[in-house]
Amino acid sequence: MLKSQRAKIIVVATVLAAVAAIVPSTNSFVILLATRALAFSILVMSLDILLGFTGLASLGQAAYLGVGAYLTAILATRYGFGLGFDFWLVVVLGIAVGAALAAVFGLLAIRATGVYFLMITLALGQCVWGLAYRWNSLTGGDNGINLRERPRFGIDLAHDVTFFYLVFAFFAVSLLAMYVLVRSPFGQSLAGIRERELRMRILGYNTWLHKYIAFIIAGGFGGLAGVLWAHTAGIVSPENVVLTTSVDALLMAVLGGAGTLIGGVIGAFIVFGMREYLSTIVPWWQYVLGAVYVLTIFYLPGGLMGIPERIRQRRSSSPDPKKLVLLPGT
Amino acid sequence: MRNSGRSKIGLGLLGGCLAFAGAVPGGADELRIGYIAPTTGIFAQVGKDMVDGFQLYLDEVKNDFGGAQVKFIVEDEQGKPDTAVTKARKLILQDKVQMFAGGLLASSGYALAPISTSEAIYVIPVSAADDLTQRQLSKFPYIIRTGWTSSQPSHPFGQWACDQGYKKIAAVGADYAFGYEVIGGFQKAFENCGGQIVQKIWPPLGTKDFGPYLPSLRQDADAIFTLMVGPMSLQFPKQLAAAGNKKPVIGGGTSYDEFVLPSMGDEVIGHVSALQYSAALDTPKNAEFVQKYRAKYGKVPSYYSETNYTTAQMIHEVLKRNNGKWPGGPEFIKQLSALKFDTLRGPVSFDDMRNPVQNIYIKKVERKKMFGYDKEELWNTVIKTYPNVSQFGQFDKAEFLKQPVYGRDFPPCKFCE
Repeated sequence: MLKSQRAKIIVVATVLAAVAAIVPSTNSFVILLATRALAFSILVMSLDILLGFTGLASLGQAAYLGVGAYLTAILATRYGFGLGFDFWLVVVLGIAVGAALAAVFGLLAIRATGVYFLMITLALGQCVWGLAYRWNSLTGGDNGINLRERPRFGIDLAHDVTFFYLVFAFFAVSLLAMYVLVRSPFGQSLAGIRERELRMRILGYNTWLHKYIAFIIAGGFGGLAGVLWAHTAGIVSPENVVLTTSVDALLMAVLGGAGTLIGGVIGAFIVFGMREYLSTIVPWWQYVLGAVYVLTIFYLPGGLMGIPERIRQRRSSSPDPKKLVLLPGT
Repeated sequence: MRNSGRSKIGLGLLGGCLAFAGAVPGGADELRIGYIAPTTGIFAQVGKDMVDGFQLYLDEVKNDFGGAQVKFIVEDEQGKPDTAVTKARKLILQDKVQMFAGGLLASSGYALAPISTSEAIYVIPVSAADDLTQRQLSKFPYIIRTGWTSSQPSHPFGQWACDQGYKKIAAVGADYAFGYEVIGGFQKAFENCGGQIVQKIWPPLGTKDFGPYLPSLRQDADAIFTLMVGPMSLQFPKQLAAAGNKKPVIGGGTSYDEFVLPSMGDEVIGHVSALQYSAALDTPKNAEFVQKYRAKYGKVPSYYSETNYTTAQMIHEVLKRNNGKWPGGPEFIKQLSALKFDTLRGPVSFDDMRNPVQNIYIKKVERKKMFGYDKEELWNTVIKTYPNVSQFGQFDKAEFLKQPVYGRDFPPCKFCE
């Protein structure tokens, strides 16, 4: 177990290093897409903490991306704040705002489970969307807010490669932090809640508090994703907070494999690749994306990260059905 | 085993990205026009009209703009502003376009304008957000609008409503920036000549059931002004008629545009709207366009088709004057804005804020035969023409620009209770 875990880390680190090395030497549009996918991946991973490790399917994760992004955009365009070294302060604020919003929403949502949790998070997410859409004086309503420049502190982030490395660094740190989190005793108890909450409660765990804290942590990472997203996209609009953005994040996590962190990243890259790259080549990209979703659900209940597992199962003579179909939260 | 499987996925992903990553070099006499339209999603049909209009013109001239071979690259914005930006950047970075055009919603226009540069200018045929060519113009030196501002048809229309003797009008409009600007412009003009807007109701964008809004319409109003878009345009007149409305109904151009008109029924006959184009414009030029368009795409052209056809024509005209050589972005904008055009929608020139000065047509929905088609259909018959209307209409430009952009609460509803 330990050995395979170490091997896994090495593979992921190698792939990430390769991405960091190769992407900047590609076409500048690919750099842009990779940056977008990485920034969004942080949101998907934050959702995976809830979905894959705690067994809570949230449909409102875009709300945290939204508050982080709107905070960044409003501070930058109204007060010129966050465009120098104070960018780092905005990062902290973005995380704080995401976490604070999650702390409020968590009070309402955590008491529910299953479909009810889904509905409550959906409703809360739509509240944030409603605010973004209707609070014209602050958010610019439907038109959104344009960020006309990226921060500059010694290094100039207007340059796409530089900015790619910044987002990559944030992504790598987030991945590491979340990995440490889910491997910690706290993370293990979350997995316990996912598998059987009642038993955890009988064992004396305050499961509500555990879930609440996980929810807040996910919100914080969502806020961070928002700060980066605002500068990546250059525009913040209600589209970032709308239900489909939350659903996208959920689909990416499931596509890659929930409960694996890195699966969500793969999911994000595939979806962004299809939606924003394949769509520039062929008009029928939606069918491809649809087929990928359907085939994954049918044949890979564990997501794309389940592929190596399946191969191993096929090779070994005695397949272990318990390991094969492991959709968390069910 | 697990390790090698994973690294294969990773490498495959990377390889996939790299395989497609080649820049497209441009020939000396090639004009690369990027075009951004929602070709998937809920606005896909509008997006099709936009692309078809542009494409029809290109087909007519065989992609030859005065010697320059036009490469027309369509990208799907999916109706989302940040996808529009990503696609525009693809067009700039990868296809090295000299200009990009398109963008449907006001939000797309606002999102696209800041990424225009002197190397890749932004031509705006559809997105009608007022401030792009008004209060915020100075931020965007590399844009030019070939379409219209949302409030442009509303200014003469408000005057027209006064001339009809309407005193009090109740307004119902989609709750977003475009709605505020169309209704705001109408209110300013109408109240300027002595009328009163006695009510403003804002159903959310995409409302299909107007049941909650119809009973609250003021009974003492002489007429109802509506501003609907997309499926709302179809539902509102139907439900209004079903509620027994006897008042005259007038509205913004998109409420009765040819994009939705063929799907409407007799309930809209007699409704009056204002826009810079009508497919029923009775000129030989337009008759030919409608017939050609209909033969090719099987539907009557909407203003979305016309404005893009006309935009292609304008770009062609500038290129012709430069013998097919791209004059550079800033020079192109300068030359284009100095020209006068004879277009499908009538004569068009530009004001000093890079927005068209053009005819505004007051149109009444009628069921009749036109252009030799043997079936009776709904057409937007032009009943009055206001020639050469600028985006400021009858108002003084300097004073107009001092007021804030039209919004939900501007102009304030003085006569609402």
